[in-house]
Amino acid sequence: MTSLVQIKFAPKTGPKYWRSLDQAANAPEFRQWVEREFPSTAADMLDGNSRRTILKLMAASFGMAGLVACSRPELRFAPQARLQEDYIPGSPYNYTTSVVINGQATGLVVKTYDGRPVKVEGNPDHPNSLGAATAMMQASVLDIYDPDRSKFVLNGKQDSTWEAFATAVRGLNLADGSGLRILSETVASPTLDGLRTQLLAKYPAARWVEYDPVSRENSRAGSILAFGQALYVHPQFDKAKVILSLDFDFLGLDSPSPLATKQFSKRRLVATEEDIDNISRLYVVESQFSLTGANAEHRLRSRGSEVKQFAQDLLAAVNAPPAAGSDRRSQFLAAVAKDLKAGGAEALVVVGPRQPAVVHALAHQINQLLGANGKTVTFTSAARVDRVDAGVEGLRTLAAAMNGSQVSTLIVLGGNPVYSAPVDLDFGAALAKVAASIHLGQAVNETAAASKWHLPEAHFMEAWGDTRTTSGVASIQQPMIDPLYGGKSTIEVVAELLDLPEKRGYQIVKNFWAAQLPAVGRENAWRKSLNDGVVPVSMMAVVTPVLNAASVSAAVAAAPVAASNGIEVAFVPSGSAWDGTFSNNAWMQETPDSMTKLVWGNAVLVSPAMARQQSLANGDMVSLSQGKYKVDAAVMIQPGQADGAVTLSLGYGRTRSGNVGDAVGFNANLIRTSENFFYAPGFAVAKTGATHIHATTQEHGTMQEPELLGIVGKIRPVFRETTIEEYKKEPAVIKEMVEVPVLESIHPAVVDYSTGYQWGMAIDLGSCTGCNACVVACQAENNTPVVGKDQVLRGREMHWLRIDRYYVGDEEDPRAVEQPIPCMQCENAPCEYVCPVAATTHSPEGLNDMAYNRCVGTRYCANNCPYKVRHFNFLNYHKNQPDILAMVQNPEVTVRMRGIMEKCTYCVQRIQNAKITAKADGRQSDGTPREIKDGDVVTACQQTCPADAIAFGNINDPTSRVSKLKKQERNYGLLEELQTKPRTTYLGRLRNVNPELEKS
Amino acid sequence: MSVAVRQNPQLLETNPPLVKGGKDFHDVTEDISSITEAKVFETPMKYWITLACTGSIVVLLGAMLAWLVANGIGVWGNNRPIGWAWDITNFVFWIGIGHAGTLISAILFLFRQKWRTSINRSAEAMTIFAVMCAGLFPLFHTGRPWRAAYWLFPIPNTDLNMWQNFRSPLIWDVFAVSTYFTISALFWFTGLVPDLATLRDRATGTVKKFVFGFLSLGWRGSARHWRNYEAGYMILAGLSTPLVLSVHSVVSFDFATSVIPGWHTTIFPPYFVAGAIFSGFACVMTLLIIARWTLNLHDYITIKHLENMNKIILVTGSIVGYAYCTEFFIAWYSGNPYERFTFLNRAFGPYWWAYWMMFSCNVFSPQFYWSKTLRRSVPFMFVISIIVNIGMWFERFVIIATSLSRDFLPSSWGYFRPTYVDISTFIGTIGLFLTLFLLFARFLPMIAISEVKGVLANEKHLFAPERQGAVTGHEEAPKHA
Repeated sequence: MTSLVQIKFAPKTGPKYWRSLDQAANAPEFRQWVEREFPSTAADMLDGNSRRTILKLMAASFGMAGLVACSRPELRFAPQARLQEDYIPGSPYNYTTSVVINGQATGLVVKTYDGRPVKVEGNPDHPNSLGAATAMMQASVLDIYDPDRSKFVLNGKQDSTWEAFATAVRGLNLADGSGLRILSETVASPTLDGLRTQLLAKYPAARWVEYDPVSRENSRAGSILAFGQALYVHPQFDKAKVILSLDFDFLGLDSPSPLATKQFSKRRLVATEEDIDNISRLYVVESQFSLTGANAEHRLRSRGSEVKQFAQDLLAAVNAPPAAGSDRRSQFLAAVAKDLKAGGAEALVVVGPRQPAVVHALAHQINQLLGANGKTVTFTSAARVDRVDAGVEGLRTLAAAMNGSQVSTLIVLGGNPVYSAPVDLDFGAALAKVAASIHLGQAVNETAAASKWHLPEAHFMEAWGDTRTTSGVASIQQPMIDPLYGGKSTIEVVAELLDLPEKRGYQIVKNFWAAQLPAVGRENAWRKSLNDGVVPVSMMAVVTPVLNAASVSAAVAAAPVAASNGIEVAFVPSGSAWDGTFSNNAWMQETPDSMTKLVWGNAVLVSPAMARQQSLANGDMVSLSQGKYKVDAAVMIQPGQADGAVTLSLGYGRTRSGNVGDAVGFNANLIRTSENFFYAPGFAVAKTGATHIHATTQEHGTMQEPELLGIVGKIRPVFRETTIEEYKKEPAVIKEMVEVPVLESIHPAVVDYSTGYQWGMAIDLGSCTGCNACVVACQAENNTPVVGKDQVLRGREMHWLRIDRYYVGDEEDPRAVEQPIPCMQCENAPCEYVCPVAATTHSPEGLNDMAYNRCVGTRYCANNCPYKVRHFNFLNYHKNQPDILAMVQNPEVTVRMRGIMEKCTYCVQRIQNAKITAKADGRQSDGTPREIKDGDVVTACQQTCPADAIAFGNINDPTSRVSKLKKQERNYGLLEELQTKPRTTYLGRLRNVNPELEKS
Repeated sequence: MSVAVRQNPQLLETNPPLVKGGKDFHDVTEDISSITEAKVFETPMKYWITLACTGSIVVLLGAMLAWLVANGIGVWGNNRPIGWAWDITNFVFWIGIGHAGTLISAILFLFRQKWRTSINRSAEAMTIFAVMCAGLFPLFHTGRPWRAAYWLFPIPNTDLNMWQNFRSPLIWDVFAVSTYFTISALFWFTGLVPDLATLRDRATGTVKKFVFGFLSLGWRGSARHWRNYEAGYMILAGLSTPLVLSVHSVVSFDFATSVIPGWHTTIFPPYFVAGAIFSGFACVMTLLIIARWTLNLHDYITIKHLENMNKIILVTGSIVGYAYCTEFFIAWYSGNPYERFTFLNRAFGPYWWAYWMMFSCNVFSPQFYWSKTLRRSVPFMFVISIIVNIGMWFERFVIIATSLSRDFLPSSWGYFRPTYVDISTFIGTIGLFLTLFLLFARFLPMIAISEVKGVLANEKHLFAPERQGAVTGHEEAPKHA
């Protein structure tokens, strides 16, 4: 180019001027040069018109690509192609919506970029969320982009169309509906409920069955026993000082909304010294070691079938204190009874959904005795809907009708009964006897394959709908994206069945709510509902029921005695796959189980004693059999599991889940019968001789070093806890648990961290339950790749934030603690000085930054990290996945290729955004941007945490929550004896132990 | 007077000649040059077969490295927490092997140890080839070697406007190893110049003439040349000597400057240097015994050479054993619980087999050399030299992998299992090493002709009676007796 410029512009005789670059560009030398350098496009480059054409074409194709991929739903919102006046491309827009998991509604706020839903947060205005979201909710956004989703209407196995389906539906001769059955999951949508009423009015002989593989029928039946009416039970964990949970994992699997954790943690957070006396005490009686058991002060191992007897004995003990026994159970019983009685109206007994109705009724009776009903537990009426056809009983009746050829048309709205129905119903065979079977679902799953018609279902972020919590709060389910694969919602399909004049989901939902909202300001109220995520219309009233003690006693007397022969198998939902709903969700599959730390599979959990007795080792395949039902599954030894009882979680062993979920784990439904739906006694366990490899993310389960050469290992002070009593006596006890004195540096401090923003984090181990919500939130926010079972086996999982679980105490009946480990952002970071290319350096704000494009991948930083929080892209995890999954990635975070080290950044993109916002808010009088206030920067893990255990902010600001927490005596830095000066610190857990059960 | 001393049979036994078989200068030139000048069919078939075998292993290495570059480090067994495993183990192993060369060439030269002359050339070559093998690992262990140039060397750049992080021991490593390689290569080449000139003078083909002519840098053997050569050789020897100590000290800093218990140890520099000399000598031993046998060099590489080397193996092996014990003592004495656990875990944890493999190979096996009979038994020393190298590989593996496998937080403990790519890559570097050595042995004088002649002149003086009819100025000496 230099020579060219010289040719063109060098004055030959005196100064030469040119008028424009066009003139210069027309010089023959320049044209020749261009043609030489760019032979194929030379003409286009030089011809202005042609260049413009290319640009136009490019712009149009970009625009159209966007149109195809990210169109916003029509009707209410304009598509992306028609730009709105205030719309800024590339900046995030948040929309409220609502999700239903297992009949429980939770309000969400979804962040979208250019029409792509990317990140889920809880809706702070929604009573079941209060700003938090669970791991499954966080992961639900990935389901939209699942490449295995169903994309076409299928008739038989052939591709068909919605029009063909509509024609076929008109062709069905339903008459009064005597041959029509509809099977759905629990209906929590008021609009759908309305449509159901219409449908049953149109076809009076039709039946609508609700079935959830993880059903809550027992709770409803228990309330009928105790109070004579169907009620929703609402424990108020934040109001209870003493809580007894009878097989109720309300902090984990049995609570699909974050509400219970949110309430419970209110009594665990210690913001000030006074809060210490408010810490609640939790007792748990359960079979498998649950998250709730891990968070309990005292836990009693008990087979599921023995919980009923415990409840009976407790009722007696609350009435009259029993004589102190010597065994653990009677001591536990006496102590709990005494403590509950002392708690009175501040005590609470809760029962899990797996326990039979009579145990629920007994708990109501005990609560009544304690004066807790109406105080720590409230009720709303569940009797609005005729529920004869609900639950496993409803499914059994339906299967009988199908087998008796009384069903000519079965419409399955969501769910996957062929996979999830109890094995004795043989739902697949029954389905084959139905002339017209129609399945609506997001994937061509087991049920879709067995049905005549399959309809692709829209994801909840793709279609209009609404939800209602069991406490009666309604929300609009607002879509953010047009159905990617042309799916329709349940509401739209039912409207099709009814052949309503209005078949558009948006109009149906809006019309429904128009009737509920007051006429004055209706449109504004509707818009406000969309904005807030909550409709200001209460759907349910709180009731004060009257207990019928005689009915409870009669039910107790009539209840069958639990069979005690053989091994008892418990069926629990999986924390990852749930009942199979999330089995094709890679984020969930790779989320380690809170207790076992198992990923990509489930296992038969057996107690260490049983393993010894039957000489079982981790990974041994056993066959669990009873009568004709049998399943082969691999064993995992679970400390704290009740003896004589094993647990096998649901949701695995799918055959038509998709590329992610197929053939992962073992199918518990093969031995689950409608008779023994949650606890199945009388099983035989026999080793098959084969072995299976479990992938876990944690190999060593305790803080104690293993015994080597007869030297008993020391317990490392990693997770620190003490009793309230000891803490009050000596507040420094948590800090003084270190064995070696803190190393002092001989060098003067080089960097001054006393000015400006200095970011820090405090994690309250007292309130953290270990629920995994933060783990998935971090994965979604930071584009952390999924690596697969094989890579997890090689120790290459990528979660920036992991939760370590340690067992404390003896192997048979230990306690367990959970500790989230993000990057510690050490001020003296061992990772930084060893990096040969300075790819990881310290920011003036105390962040340990990673420059991805500078990283060459020597892995020295990861080796030298004492916390092992650095994760290396051993393979090109992002590139090796289907293209569509790029849509879920957060555009604010770089996607890392192979050979690059990555780790928690304290969500630096959110910090930067907060700074930009502060700057955009205008300058102060001195010309600087306004200060970032506490709460302006919220990390992804902190935002979703249902337990509010994570505090983040500026530690130089003495008023920030994080700096207040760090001032507490129980604040400690992990491995701070290494002089790493971690910015992430932990607040030691304070346990409110019952001195009668544990000498402190 | 001197004649009487010379004939003392006891002296002959304790101080036997360094070159046997009554060679004269011409014999030496002929013997050694003939190997390089042989026609293809004149070289024994076993040589070509061996070369084909090792060459195919080099192909395997190429395939493995290509597979690694195509897919990433994931094809190896490295994991979290064990970010370095066989890669850096192999790196330190090869660097260690490369130590004997410089030691034999430089330090023994400065100490006027005449016995080094017949082994120094091949030991130096071995150094260079070992460092080449070692260099592959830092280059490839990132999985993206195309980024190596910019991270390895401080090239001024405008896109990043940054230098390397000079606080990182990995950067020190780059300088230490590249300096070592450069000096070793220069030293080797300088020593080769007079011999290359000999080959040039004897060369028949035009190509050979040109190549040897080019490489011999116009060497004419004039006194001036010899004087400059000797001075240059001496300076290079002086430069190399501190490198023997510095290279492995710096390599040990890769570990010693970290915070990981088991790595963070001040004993590392001398411990690593002793270990490097130990393994280097063992490797020289292995190769020399093979070369001596296949190329019939018994007269040049005598049992005395081998015995001297075994003595060094015994000393350095004992130093290494002492270091192992010191580490354990300090782990207990320091009172640091993490350190204490790490060492208990090394010996009795999941990697106990690797630890005891290392300990028995490195500490117990050289102790046999207290016996003179065993020290002089060629089959025995061949076995021991291989055992020592196995032990030294395990030493690096034990230090690197077991320390990483169980560090501070029990939750992040793990275990390393190699993949076939790990194993094949390591075997591949052995193939590369052997191939380069075989090519060297065939195409360059693998014994320093000029230096052996220097020793020979002295020997003739001492041991003339052994030889009949030699044409030297001392020929009449026996007649006086």
